[in-house]
This record gives sequence, C-alpha cells and structure tokens, in this order.
Amino acid sequence: MAVSEENGTVAGQQKTRPRLISGPGMLLVWLYGVMVVGAVSRSIVQIATEFDHAPLAYSLSAIAGVVYGFITYSLVRGGETARRAALVCCAAELAGVLIVGTWTLVEPSAFPDATVWSDYGMGYLFIPVLLPVTAMFWLRRARGAAGAES
Amino acid sequence: MLDALTVATSVAALALAAWCGFAAYRDQPTKDWHFIGMAVVSLLALVQLIVGIVQLVRGEKPEQGTTIFVGYLLGALACIPAVGFMSLAERTRWGSVTVAAGGVVLAVLEVRLYDIWGG
Repeated sequence: MAVSEENGTVAGQQKTRPRLISGPGMLLVWLYGVMVVGAVSRSIVQIATEFDHAPLAYSLSAIAGVVYGFITYSLVRGGETARRAALVCCAAELAGVLIVGTWTLVEPSAFPDATVWSDYGMGYLFIPVLLPVTAMFWLRRARGAAGAES
Repeated sequence: MLDALTVATSVAALALAAWCGFAAYRDQPTKDWHFIGMAVVSLLALVQLIVGIVQLVRGEKPEQGTTIFVGYLLGALACIPAVGFMSLAERTRWGSVTVAAGGVVLAVLEVRLYDIWGG
C-alpha cells in the first residue's frame, strides 16, 4: 500500500494515491481536456447568444462539458475514489452519447442545431464515443496497477 | 495573408504530429529537438493570432462571428504549449503520443479557423 509497484510510479504526496495519469492516462487527460474546452466554450457562446434557437441542444452540450470536466479532474487527482467516480462518469458519458446520438438521428426536429453528442459525436471525429470506452478500459486496468487494496 | 498562415500552421502541426508519432513508435520520450519543433509551431500560432487581430482592427469581419474567431485563435495558440508541458510530466513514449495528438487537434482547429474566417 505504501508504494504502487507497477511502472515504478511513486506518488509523492503525504498519502500515496495511485496515479491515474501515468502512461496512456496522460493522453486521456489531454483528449478530455480538449473536450472540456470545446464543449464548455461552445455551450457558453451559444447559450449567451442564441439560446432560444435550440435550447435542448445547447443545454446538452453544457451538461456534456460538465461531465468531461469532472472526469478530467478525477484523472488528474488520482486515487481509488476518484477512479471509481471517473468510471461511473464515463459510463454516464457513454450512455449520453448513445442516447443523444440515437435521439438526433430518430428525431432531428428536436435539434435545430447540433450538440457535442449529435450523430454519436461525428462533428468531433467520433472522439466522444471512443473516449469513454478507452477511458473505461484504462481505469479498469489502473485498478490492477494500484495493488490489492479496496 | 491569414489563409496562408492557416495552411502553414496546419502543415507544421501535422509534421510535428508525425515526428512525435515516430518518436512514440520508437519508444522514445520527447527530446530537445521536439521541443524546438513545438516552439516553431507555437510561434506560427502566435503570429496567426497577431495577424488575425490586426485584420479585425482594420475592420474585416470573420464570416461566423468575431467571438468564435478569437476563441479559436487563442485555442490554437494554447494547444501546443499545453501538450509540451504534459510531455515534460510524462517522460515516456506516451508523452510523445500526447504531443502527436496535440498536433492533430491543432490541425483540426486550423481547418475550423479557415471556415470561420470564410476563406
């Protein structure tokens, strides 16, 4: 418990938290960070300037931004609790992408303008649908690396 | 002028992505030369920001709105320095992969900038 053995990573805090951003985790943080900036800034601009045009779409973009922000923070913070919280959020994110993606295809009239999750995130190179799957694999693996606590 | 810079920056960003992708393929972290490359790409993005603001001051209007235009210019400038610091924190091949991903993201931003300006 004192030292996380794998990769030789030693979290240098007073209490050792298993790091979630070593190796591929760093790439995930970058991609999630991009999605945070993209979703949050987009929804702020759209809600501030033309909210009445497509209230549902812009609100969903804002929610997506908040979820991305929380996952990014959890990854950077590290630790078992953060890992679990991030895992739950990734599942919620995946569900969101799938539900909203299907919704935009079935009933386009509800969405006069696109959201981050429209058409399964096609406008963002499908990153919104690929990212949670990758992150969930990574977070499950990170549990093994953290040793036999929990 | 702005369009030429947009093309130049996206080409440079993709070159940086390929270079760092190659480093990752060879299982290497980012080295001094990579950071010089990142500095060059960031410099292009900075020049682009300045030229973009000068164009705005001279009274030209981006097709899709000034706010979005400036936002993307700032995002393009912040992109490569951000991945640079992340690769300093992650001294493995994954740091190189992150920089490569940063180059791709910057190239996408440049394509969007081109549309926003209405080139």
